[in-house]
Amino acid sequence: MTVDGFFAMGGYARYVWPCYALAISVLLWNLWSARRYHAQALKRAQRALAMAGSERS
Amino acid sequence: MWTWFYRLASPPYVYRTAAAFAPWFLLIAGIAIAYGVIDGLVFAPPDYQQGNAFRIIYVHAPAGWLSMFGYTLMAVAGAIGLIWRIKMAHAVSAAVAPIGASFTVLGLVTGSLWGRPMWGTYWAWDPRLTSELILLFLYFGVMSLRAAFEDPARGDRAAALLAIVGVVNVPIIHFSVQWWNSLHQGATVMKFEKSSMPGSMLWPLLAMFLGFMLFFGAMLCMRLRGEVLNRERQSSWVREMLRA
Amino acid sequence: MSVGAGSAMSLVLRRELTLSFRRPDQLLQPLVFFLIVTTLFPLALSPELSLLRDMAPGVLWVAALLASLLSMEGLFKSDAEDGTLEQLALSGQSLGVIVIAKTLAHWLVSGAALVVISPLVATGLAVPIEAFPIMMLSLAMGTLTLSWLGAIGAGLTVGLRRGSVLLSLIVLPLAMPLLIFGANATDRAIGGETAAGALYFLAALCVFTTSLAPLAATAALRITLE
Repeated sequence: MTVDGFFAMGGYARYVWPCYALAISVLLWNLWSARRYHAQALKRAQRALAMAGSERS
Repeated sequence: MWTWFYRLASPPYVYRTAAAFAPWFLLIAGIAIAYGVIDGLVFAPPDYQQGNAFRIIYVHAPAGWLSMFGYTLMAVAGAIGLIWRIKMAHAVSAAVAPIGASFTVLGLVTGSLWGRPMWGTYWAWDPRLTSELILLFLYFGVMSLRAAFEDPARGDRAAALLAIVGVVNVPIIHFSVQWWNSLHQGATVMKFEKSSMPGSMLWPLLAMFLGFMLFFGAMLCMRLRGEVLNRERQSSWVREMLRA
Repeated sequence: MSVGAGSAMSLVLRRELTLSFRRPDQLLQPLVFFLIVTTLFPLALSPELSLLRDMAPGVLWVAALLASLLSMEGLFKSDAEDGTLEQLALSGQSLGVIVIAKTLAHWLVSGAALVVISPLVATGLAVPIEAFPIMMLSLAMGTLTLSWLGAIGAGLTVGLRRGSVLLSLIVLPLAMPLLIFGANATDRAIGGETAAGALYFLAALCVFTTSLAPLAATAALRITLE
């Protein structure tokens, strides 16, 4: 397969490449979303700890 | 023998173990997906009937599989949480939901893009596509229901029940191509006889399945850690860990 | 004095029906909604009779679905608000029996009522009279299944803010297979073909739901009441 042929995908390029682009996007979104979720949970836990600490003092 | 099961119910154990597994899952997933994409896009021969469009299968089939696997896992975890009242099971169920939903969307859209050159239409109301769409709605229903409760424990239980009720849909999706006259092609990989796909096309597909599954596992681990923290915010082990 | 399950069910059934008939306006609302919604389609699309006949199954079924959903929220709501539901749960009677009785009562005044006025609506949609029996049979089974699905949804969402939207979001995806086969049966009856296959499937759905939904609805209610 030539490089041009690779990108053209036998004429199906406008179906194949969006699929792969979407697939990568979904994988990246999952990565970003999971990390963000954990980070937010961590922040909320730290805030809860700080509030409990300040209550006692 | 059951100690590993009891350990799974322990939040700090889950939190630490998920942290340990995630990077490894991600690494192997990356390798498998990289191999699968390269072999599938470059080296696998074009299909006799579909030409190069068939290469969409390398992202479409794993996505579809994960959408069903994810929902089933969500329902089973919810059932375990309901029956044995294990909070960590509910945490797993909650973590799986958005991941599974995203793969359902991927499956639907890639399927739609594949359908246009193959069947001439972006969408058809055939049993497989319709039941997969219903699966997406069910995912949204479960997530919305969980979020609607002020008491998170009650939200977990309600969402678990709904997930269990909806799991009937999963076998319908899988068997729809057998039971009805469907546009969608029948099973080529998930059957008991020898697969009907030649090796040069099959290996990258298997690699993609493996890669996607491991990626799913990695995402589950990461989200699960967030779910554990949200549920265990007030507990002593979290406080100890944060103080350190 | 202990009350057996059978008398408990008939007691609750009678109570529900009495309460329903005391508020005739609430009783009629879903029916009027059904009438109005089915009128919307000829107005919006086309009054041409052949077109109406083609879309009649879909219009009838979607309207029946939506009308049933409207009244579904009330299944447990008023009893939950004034504490009766908790009393019933604590009464020592099986909660399942109470849920079954309430759902059946609800179906009688909404679903069954819809079936009764469906010929009226169907005439407005140019459905031939020969199709009426199958149409009504399929609607009867369909609305019963829907009442069960709605009971699950109502049990899960009772007491939630914006519970009605969530109820629809939960019930509608579950009701989609029902819609497909019910409308198909009606469509075949209108076209003069045999609707046996679709009716059998609908019946299977109905039996499946009737046997399992009470369990799920009761479990849902227990989760809410805990």
